Amino acid sequence: MTAQAKKLAPRDNGAPEYMPNLHPLMVKNYGKWKYHEKVKPGVLKHVAESGDAIYTVRAGSPRTLSADTVRKICDIADKYCDGFLRFTSRANLEFQVAKEANIKPLIDEVQKTLKFPIGGTGASISNITHTQGWMHCNLPGTDAAGSVKAMMDDLFEEFVNDDKLPARVKITTSCCQINCGGQGDIAVNIQHHHPPKIKHEGIGICEHPKVVAICPVAAIRPAFVNGKPTLEVVDEKCMYCGACHGQCPNMEIRDSQTDTLAIWVGGKASSTRGGPAFMKLATFGIPNNPPRWPEVSGALKKILEPYKKTAKPYERIGEWIDRIGWKKFFEVTGFPFTKYHIDDFRFARTTFNTSTHVRL
Amino acid sequence: MSDSKTPLLDDLEKGPWPSFVSDLKQLSKKEPVVSQLLGQMEQSYKDRWNYWQGTVINLKGYGGGVIARYSELQSKFPDIAEFHTIRVIPPPGWVYSTKTLRELCDISEKYSAGILQLHGMTGDALLLGSNTEKTHEAGEELMEKGWDIGGSGGALRTLACCVGMARCEMSCYDTMKTLKHLTDTFISQLHRPEFPYKFKFKLSGCANDCAASVQRSDMPIIGTWRGPMRIDQAEVGKFVDAHGADFVVENVISRCPTRCISLKGREIAVDDANCVHCMHCLNVMHKALRPGKDMGVTILLGGKRTLKIGDTMGSVLIPFMKLETEEDLNKLTELVERIWEFWTEHGLDHERVGEFIDRVGLGTFLQGVGIEPDPQMVIHPRANSYIKFEELAPGKMAGEPKKTPSVMDKEIETREAAV
Repeated sequence: MTAQAKKLAPRDNGAPEYMPNLHPLMVKNYGKWKYHEKVKPGVLKHVAESGDAIYTVRAGSPRTLSADTVRKICDIADKYCDGFLRFTSRANLEFQVAKEANIKPLIDEVQKTLKFPIGGTGASISNITHTQGWMHCNLPGTDAAGSVKAMMDDLFEEFVNDDKLPARVKITTSCCQINCGGQGDIAVNIQHHHPPKIKHEGIGICEHPKVVAICPVAAIRPAFVNGKPTLEVVDEKCMYCGACHGQCPNMEIRDSQTDTLAIWVGGKASSTRGGPAFMKLATFGIPNNPPRWPEVSGALKKILEPYKKTAKPYERIGEWIDRIGWKKFFEVTGFPFTKYHIDDFRFARTTFNTSTHVRL
Repeated sequence: MSDSKTPLLDDLEKGPWPSFVSDLKQLSKKEPVVSQLLGQMEQSYKDRWNYWQGTVINLKGYGGGVIARYSELQSKFPDIAEFHTIRVIPPPGWVYSTKTLRELCDISEKYSAGILQLHGMTGDALLLGSNTEKTHEAGEELMEKGWDIGGSGGALRTLACCVGMARCEMSCYDTMKTLKHLTDTFISQLHRPEFPYKFKFKLSGCANDCAASVQRSDMPIIGTWRGPMRIDQAEVGKFVDAHGADFVVENVISRCPTRCISLKGREIAVDDANCVHCMHCLNVMHKALRPGKDMGVTILLGGKRTLKIGDTMGSVLIPFMKLETEEDLNKLTELVERIWEFWTEHGLDHERVGEFIDRVGLGTFLQGVGIEPDPQMVIHPRANSYIKFEELAPGKMAGEPKKTPSVMDKEIETREAAV
């Protein structure tokens, strides 16, 4: 029996069932919710047509969790939440509470046992989206979990309160120019500064036609070095995106000496008001400075302070800038506006001001 | 002077935000492999350099879902020589009973380093730290217990959705049910890469787009409604009394993108024909205003993040369709199949569907998938006059009229003959 190949488990199971993973009140009132209200920062109350109410207590998490910590989370959910919880797209925890009286002891225990903060609702800075960085990615120029921890330490008050900002601020990070972290009101992303350095001795392991084809600006072409087939990069065409590096590890785009961070502002996913928007370059050349990246936190403050002071309620960062104008944005943040802020890629002309609308 | 082996990471134990370093250090007391992970990370912090190499490992019968990592510092950190991540499809909307979550913990400790990430940016539950052998064992136990492995590479990726009807009054369709339907229907495409490149669905119950579908997925499916929104004028009155008419004008009326909402004393009037269902007024006055009763979805196509041509957002493909019955879901399935057929047939290697549309033109694409053009698909009609009107072109100058085959009419046989 042991010599025989072990029977394989069933394949193609699909997505887990959701009903058994929902709090009974969510099953009972599925599709019949009437309204919600905020109880306090980090605590929401959803009321159903039936009159049932369920409370949600939101806690920030570091996303990377030991199984022991997850079990502690489960213990708390068993004690106060009838054994049900969920996670948000920004790696927050949401404890589902049926009894109002359980909210306070739950919060106390989350803060004491897990040391997780309660907040992230309404006009707050919620958890920062990030991916693997130096913990587990093959392409990163910087870390993810560490820089998020450093930033959230500085932005802690904005997570646990929801009355310090005009609207929610979603921050994202990316450790390479693939930008896994996504669009955000503010994004902190790595920026490379030279074409890939080709490691000719190891490049045989890569599929050369695929590397050539993946370049968005057709800067890579076949070549011979020491009589052996390899690749070369037309430096003038290359825009340092690193697409080839993902395809072939021997097209090394990163550089510990020269990689820097850039900060982007004004991204928004929802269709509320003016609709979704891409983020735009605010400042660049920020040193990639572990373990705390203090220069990043300094730059974030330069954006958040004037935003807090002059934006209207419900105005996201991009909408605030649209109203006050980019001239004012660069004045109040103190970031220099340079030729690099002017787009020179596809559709650049659509970003130029073709009216006489100027703020004087 | 501390004799810590990780002085730089130790700095990340300070401060009020919960520290992954503290958690992993605690874990390393019973999982020695984790101290080697922290050791390599410390080296990265010191050198500002990454030491992971990536490749692919597949479970039997699958073509993706395991992110294989090999340490470049394995002479120094032999226990993390192989340190893979297994992507696991989580319950829709990331909802868990503690029983479900504890099962993941047990499997993670049995076969991996006892590190979970909840969740990855695509939406998978991630189990970190299995070697190659344990990866296969973990996969078998996961699937034996009813779990399934997530997607990677040129395949359908693990789907994500908002909490939807389970706990939100804004949700205009059943995101969880739709997610389960799409995942289960297309589970083979998720496990066996057969596309030019990745394909992602994200499902949001309303235009607030909590799943960030417009910017993060190839096919965003977003809830909306037709006809009048529901207004509780008594609650409107209470809101006006509580906040004042100026507040309502400044923060609700004047923020409407189509100026379709107005305040008449203590009541609100909406020009429903011009409402674009952006959700702003509902978000501010969530007790008074609700989506209309005739709900459905708007389907967009072509969103993705930066690599390679820069970010693209999804754009409207189906302005409205109902998504309630089995028949509706089957219509969606059929639409997806038509899109995949055309894209996989004509897309280039590594070309996302949005990039493909950019290359061939949305008009050509619509013809290829059999969808009529609709003015809601564009912000405005084209402003340049270089157009090839097929119906208005003269016949060929000499000989038989020669029809130039459009990209979707090209004979597949020709290609096979050429091979």
